[in-house]
Amino acid sequence: MTREQKICYPALKENYNMIAIIKYNAGNVASVANALLRFGFECEITDDPEKILTADKVIFPGQGRARPAVKDLKRKGLDVIIKKIKNPFLGICLGMQLLLPFSEEDQTECLEILEGRVKLFPNDERIPQIGWNEIIPTKDCQLFVDIQNPIYTYFVNSYYVDTEEKNILATYEYGKTKAAAIIKKNNFYGTQFHPEKSGGIGLKILENFLKL
Amino acid sequence: MLTKRIIACLDIAEGRVKKGTNFENLRDAGDPVELGKMYSEQGVDELVFLDIMATIEKRDTFLDLVGRVAKEINIPFAVGGGVRAIDDIRNLLKAGADKISIGSAAITNPDLVSRASQEFGSQCIVISVDPKREGNSWKIYIKGGRERTNIDAIEFCLDMERRGAGELLVNSLDRDGTKRGYDIELLRAISQVTNLPIIASSGAGKKEDFLEVLTETDVSAVLAASLFHYQEIKIGDLKEYLKSNNISIRI
Repeated sequence: MTREQKICYPALKENYNMIAIIKYNAGNVASVANALLRFGFECEITDDPEKILTADKVIFPGQGRARPAVKDLKRKGLDVIIKKIKNPFLGICLGMQLLLPFSEEDQTECLEILEGRVKLFPNDERIPQIGWNEIIPTKDCQLFVDIQNPIYTYFVNSYYVDTEEKNILATYEYGKTKAAAIIKKNNFYGTQFHPEKSGGIGLKILENFLKL
Repeated sequence: MLTKRIIACLDIAEGRVKKGTNFENLRDAGDPVELGKMYSEQGVDELVFLDIMATIEKRDTFLDLVGRVAKEINIPFAVGGGVRAIDDIRNLLKAGADKISIGSAAITNPDLVSRASQEFGSQCIVISVDPKREGNSWKIYIKGGRERTNIDAIEFCLDMERRGAGELLVNSLDRDGTKRGYDIELLRAISQVTNLPIIASSGAGKKEDFLEVLTETDVSAVLAASLFHYQEIKIGDLKEYLKSNNISIRI
């Protein structure tokens, strides 16, 4: 049994409210699964289209590079499946960036679920951004329930999401760049930071997402 | 605004924290997970677990530990010690580590860094260097500082950046264990030439040392080990002190 399988909790019965974590070649899937288990949510790490489409919540983690990630999604047909998801969906870090039409990382065509572009930070900043940055909510949202300012979350990114204001729920600043920390369009949410690595506040944001 | 990180480093031998600590409130102060959890509750921004024995026979013990840390602690953590091959990195990442610190192997086999950053992404590759001053420059040492190389520290850091490293952990053999403060000149020299985030290590003895390095150089993070273990400085107090001195800190 591999370490990954140990933390998989398969659906026990048909009406089981399953949380699917999308399995592809750019996940830090174990960290997300560990975080969910910590407050009692069970999940399944899967690339099965049927399970992803019927899951109550879908989490799309990400760490790695855009081009190989998109290539792997396409090979598995998941690029098409993801767009069909109707339940709450959360893309984390690269998983959020892949929701945009285009990433400057390897000049990659992505999923085009919401408008904008993924851009490289200007090189007068240290790249990647690594560490805890403050996020500023710009709209009311269920994700912020029971969370007080200041909200510090953990980021690791060389690229940032530039999108229309209507898609943005929270922003952060890195040097002179102001970028989207949380985005939302319809049922699709994305966080540039890693909630699974952001201490108690991160867990609360994840929990709020799971309660949507 | 990005905050400066305070990092606690734990030396691990055979799955246990190497030196005894004097935390009375811990059931088992030698348990790396318990200690890590406590640091996390005190507000530390990141943890480093170093396998200081790093023998092949004891590899599984360390991997099990990494798995336990990943399950129980939800702040970022790096692991290192004896990382020599792509498989070592893969196993540690699979066990749940966020970052891998590569030391001697980055010097003896720099292609490992190129391959690892390609395969796993720059964000998880931390290069740990041990420079020692010689005249107006610094030479890199390997094997825990026991063996000198002819490699210039600045040149080496630039090479690591080109090869896709994501972060530099800069120790100082001149300052390690001295408690005379961080090696400001060394850290300044490296941070001026590279665009990578830098973790300052070696030499911290008092709160002022942290403030000095964060004010005088452009490092992104400061690391200490025994100073925190023996509670000579408490993480919460240190953060309050730095914040009151206008350093950007997560409280």
